[in-house]
Amino acid sequence: MTSTEATEPLSRARRRPVEPLLPEGEARASANVCQAAGCLSMQSDLVFEALRERVVAAGLGDVAVRRVGCLGLCAAGPLVEVPERGRLFDHVHADDQAAMDALVATLAGGEPGGRETSKEPFFSHQVKVVLERCGRVDPERVEDYLATGGYQALTQAVATMSPEEVITEVARSGLRGRGGAGYPTGLKWATVAKATSAEGKYVVCNADEGDPGAFMDRSVLESCPQQVLEGMAIAGYAVGAHNAYVYVRAEYPLAVKRLNSAIRQAEREGLLGSRVAGTDFEFHVEVRIGAGAFVCGEETALLASIQGERGTPRPRPPYPASRGLWGRPTLINNVETFANVPAIVQRGGDWYSSIGSAKSKGTKVFALAGAVVNTGLIEVPMGLTLRQIVFDIGGGLAGGKNFKAVQTGGPSGGCLPEALLDMPIDYESLAQAGSHMGSGGMIVMDEATCMVDVAKFFMDFCREESCGKCVPCRAGTVQVHRLLEKITRGRGTREDLALLEDLAGMMRSMSLCGLGQGAPNPVFSTLRYFRDEYLAHVDDHVCPAGACEMDGGDR
Amino acid sequence: MPTATARSLAPPSDDKRWRQVEVRMRRLGHRPDGLIEVLHTVQELFGYLDEDALGYVSRSLGVPPSKVFGVATFYSHFMLKPQGLHTCVVCTGTACYINGARSLLAKLDEELGLKAGGTTPDGQLSLLQARCLGACSMAPAIVVDGQVHGRVTPGTVLALLEHL
Repeated sequence: MTSTEATEPLSRARRRPVEPLLPEGEARASANVCQAAGCLSMQSDLVFEALRERVVAAGLGDVAVRRVGCLGLCAAGPLVEVPERGRLFDHVHADDQAAMDALVATLAGGEPGGRETSKEPFFSHQVKVVLERCGRVDPERVEDYLATGGYQALTQAVATMSPEEVITEVARSGLRGRGGAGYPTGLKWATVAKATSAEGKYVVCNADEGDPGAFMDRSVLESCPQQVLEGMAIAGYAVGAHNAYVYVRAEYPLAVKRLNSAIRQAEREGLLGSRVAGTDFEFHVEVRIGAGAFVCGEETALLASIQGERGTPRPRPPYPASRGLWGRPTLINNVETFANVPAIVQRGGDWYSSIGSAKSKGTKVFALAGAVVNTGLIEVPMGLTLRQIVFDIGGGLAGGKNFKAVQTGGPSGGCLPEALLDMPIDYESLAQAGSHMGSGGMIVMDEATCMVDVAKFFMDFCREESCGKCVPCRAGTVQVHRLLEKITRGRGTREDLALLEDLAGMMRSMSLCGLGQGAPNPVFSTLRYFRDEYLAHVDDHVCPAGACEMDGGDR
Repeated sequence: MPTATARSLAPPSDDKRWRQVEVRMRRLGHRPDGLIEVLHTVQELFGYLDEDALGYVSRSLGVPPSKVFGVATFYSHFMLKPQGLHTCVVCTGTACYINGARSLLAKLDEELGLKAGGTTPDGQLSLLQARCLGACSMAPAIVVDGQVHGRVTPGTVLALLEHL
């Protein structure tokens, strides 16, 4: 994309000058124009305005044109979907008359244009629970969320269920924390519910999505913030909390804006605030904005940051469930975990646990990126294989290159080789393979990527993001990075390799929090599956992928 | 929640923007835990945090200066020096890294003599690095004055900065 547009789409969107086109009664067809950050950066707001004008000019009185959240196939944006006719239009630009003509014809009931979504492998493997309404509702209109059954679960919970019943349902679903660690959600809720505090409890939504390569939480917040708020309110009811915070990273201004607007609208509808859904249950949500510190994704650091302090972790126990914000019992879950809750309450835990694999229930949202054709946002049942994700949904490698690895779990995850492509994706398999689920970033790498360089990239990241509180992480990341730098320059030796493994093991066992404990994972997993590449750098002073500039050795 | 220990004080200057800072602090009840929120507001209005601003926030919220400086320097989002008129952020997240973010930084260094964290001598442009903007599907991505540009190459990066 080569826009030289001087105006800024986010500020245009902020003004929301043009209302969506909504016919009275049910629309015969609707054009859903993606306004998530990806498409918006390609001026999809102008696409919305242009299409709206065309539909008005064509006199299509029973057609809706609305702004929606992420349609998934970010690689092909700006996207417009006509769900009634099962069509998706890609690369739509406001001044592209042919595309506009095809869209108007499709909406008017003529020859349908665009791609047939049911025939696209990108969509066919997906099961949507978290993303059920992404791309279907206007993220800034609570009316849209309500029209698709939104807040029914909360109303049902507060009016007809006891807090214990809600927790039982969530426990029965088998839902595990989607932030990466996979702790059983029902168990966490039960712990916070049991904790007693005269001064109240808190619910905190962790939206500090810091893993490079991950954009699931951003997309969910930009596409359907109400679903996250509903999940939080249900959690508040279940554990007995009346105040909540959403901690969002500063890099996501659009998500912050839509979240704030969603809170105001839900309060206006009486679905948040002092009398939730007309009952005595009180639930207030505030947004706290991060300030660019990766370590704040760690729960104790995040709590410190909400309290206005430096985001440094502290040893656990005590866990936040017993001593969290201002020393009070606090439930912390990730965005995606909360977004699963309304459907679980409404359709039952048994329904949810019927999706997925034996120990990992339900679905997982992944951000598919890197050297793959169909980059974008996907939601699949647990247990799908990596091959299905990369080659069926992802459409294989871009530019006809060969697959080398897929990186999951961010800076504390690992790189998985071709031999593991048929491995099912769930918490256990990934951990066994030396990676982990992480929050859901999945980066595909081709033959031109050097795995030693990737390990160095992640170590550099952890080195800069280490909070400096504990020595194994603060000094370990620096030393390990230095060794990797030496190796990628062709100056490393076999002794350096041994030292590398030694130091990485020390960091894993001695660091205070997940950042330092997980930082060596990319090193371990690349050493495990791509040792040849390390040896080529050390013994032959050659980078097999041709990515490293070698200035050492005898070449 | 801790209660307020401080109250409204006279701002460092008669700049009208301080009134907005004061409004923000009042909304947060002048509570010490509002520190990061208030620093965000000051930086949004003034572009960076100078010593006067940090001292004023410290006194207003009843937070010791050492802690205010500690927080301001801990978080990479906070700037203690004035920035250029325009900013260009190059994302160096994983997807952008493997898709060529390094070559963009090299190009900017070569053509403009600009390194990450630096500002051109005329104060026109600051170059920053981000640890993933979540725009991975369009990698490599850069943000010029708030607008995200995807699939940028060393050949197109200068054109994106030309109109500034």
